Amino acid sequence: MEKTEIFDRVVEILTPYVKNQEALNGVSLTTHILDDLKVNSARLVDVVLEFEDAFNLEIDDDDVDTVETVGNAVELIQAKIGQ
Amino acid sequence: MTRRVVVTGLGVVAPNANGVRDFELALRKGRSGIRTNEKMIESGFGSHVAGVPEGIDELAESYFSADLLLAMNSGHRCAAIAGVDAWTDAGFARPDPDADEVDWDTGAVLGTGIGGMDTIAKSVVPLTDAGRVRRLGSVAVEQVMSSGVSARLSGILALGNQVTTNSSACSTGSEAIAMGLERIRCGLAKRMLCGGAEGVSHYIWAGFDAMRVLCRRFNDAPERASRPMSATAAGFVPSAGAGILMLESLESAQDRGTRILAEVAGSAINCGGQRGGGSMTAPNSDGVRRCIKAALADARVAPEEVGAINGHLTATSADPREVDSWAAALECSPSALPPITSTKSMIGHALGAAGGIESVACVLMLQGGFVHPSINCEDVHPEIEPYAASIPHAALQTPDLRVVVKAGFGFGDVNTCLVFRKWSE
Repeated sequence: MEKTEIFDRVVEILTPYVKNQEALNGVSLTTHILDDLKVNSARLVDVVLEFEDAFNLEIDDDDVDTVETVGNAVELIQAKIGQ
Repeated sequence: MTRRVVVTGLGVVAPNANGVRDFELALRKGRSGIRTNEKMIESGFGSHVAGVPEGIDELAESYFSADLLLAMNSGHRCAAIAGVDAWTDAGFARPDPDADEVDWDTGAVLGTGIGGMDTIAKSVVPLTDAGRVRRLGSVAVEQVMSSGVSARLSGILALGNQVTTNSSACSTGSEAIAMGLERIRCGLAKRMLCGGAEGVSHYIWAGFDAMRVLCRRFNDAPERASRPMSATAAGFVPSAGAGILMLESLESAQDRGTRILAEVAGSAINCGGQRGGGSMTAPNSDGVRRCIKAALADARVAPEEVGAINGHLTATSADPREVDSWAAALECSPSALPPITSTKSMIGHALGAAGGIESVACVLMLQGGFVHPSINCEDVHPEIEPYAASIPHAALQTPDLRVVVKAGFGFGDVNTCLVFRKWSE
């Protein structure tokens, strides 16, 4: 799966959780999920479940802790797909 | 001196209408919101009818962000819509979700009888039993905690005073109003959003069906199924929704120059102790009478000043004893009983939300000078026959209506009585 395709899907999944909708306009790989998009940190659990469903993979809790930016999520998913 | 407390805003989500204006029209017309419920049929219920507010999800989508909606079950949705409506009706703008200001002077007592049963049934139990706890995500706790309804509303409105959820079965919504009244009278809050909410879920209603207390005899005629005070009353019709009142100290309301809808003149809460005919499921009539009398005394309202009664009146075998208790508490002969009506005849029994929704009806009746009909009791119960002249089958025009008394009773033999008075200086 192409990185851009993963990026688009990640952003689509994040969208309903984003409190700062303006930040979505300029979203990039370096956009911080909590600080920039203002996603409630408790909801990351739900976002990860949706990543798992969307890409048919499993993300363990240690990996979740490495995700801060949209790019981190895209890279993690890309790596898991490759495994 | 006791602080006077007034109502400055109303919000309602009910089976026969959503929003205060449509709800008033539905009440005046005697419109039933009871419909056939497919889930109950599929699940083997004896009763096939319920009162479900229409279009809650569409309404919620127009009120709340996607982020909020993801964490709201049906009870939360009813509570939040009615709460926001009561807030804006009281003249406040919805706060910016990103701003840090908190309204330290406004709180909420928002009750629920059963709570997030739909979430427990649809996700907590099946996912946990399947060993898939992780799949519950982050939203299960806030949906099943009893205080979820009040917590949800406080987040939306940035409420900073006491925010809590009470639970006293079918007396919940009325009790919440009595609790908010007390807090404002004590000077601990300027404003309290008070009432009750109950979600739409056949899982909530199943246990009542098993008890055989739901109406099974009018499955083919849903609008006729909720029949308080009728000879053919055959049990209550379960329903859902929310009714919330903005209670405010008179001082605060006058300082803001806001419109006053009615006064909450007094209240009483008690329990019959499950003695003297009372039990887990039936009220001790002495407890009921004491509660009504105590509320009138608290309001300093004489029995003869009562212009209308909005009873608990669910359409079970308890109705005749309740009507007798009203006459006893008001110390009047059957023929002198003020007009007595049951909002449940139109909306069914919304459990923890009932007292909230029915109190909204009381305020609307005082404001509009009418008593709404109690439908489906053309065949008055033989034991209620002596009071038949006091039961309105169509809306009564009562421009001089000044005092409406509302009672709510619940499992556990708990009682609440509220006295609403038309506003005047």
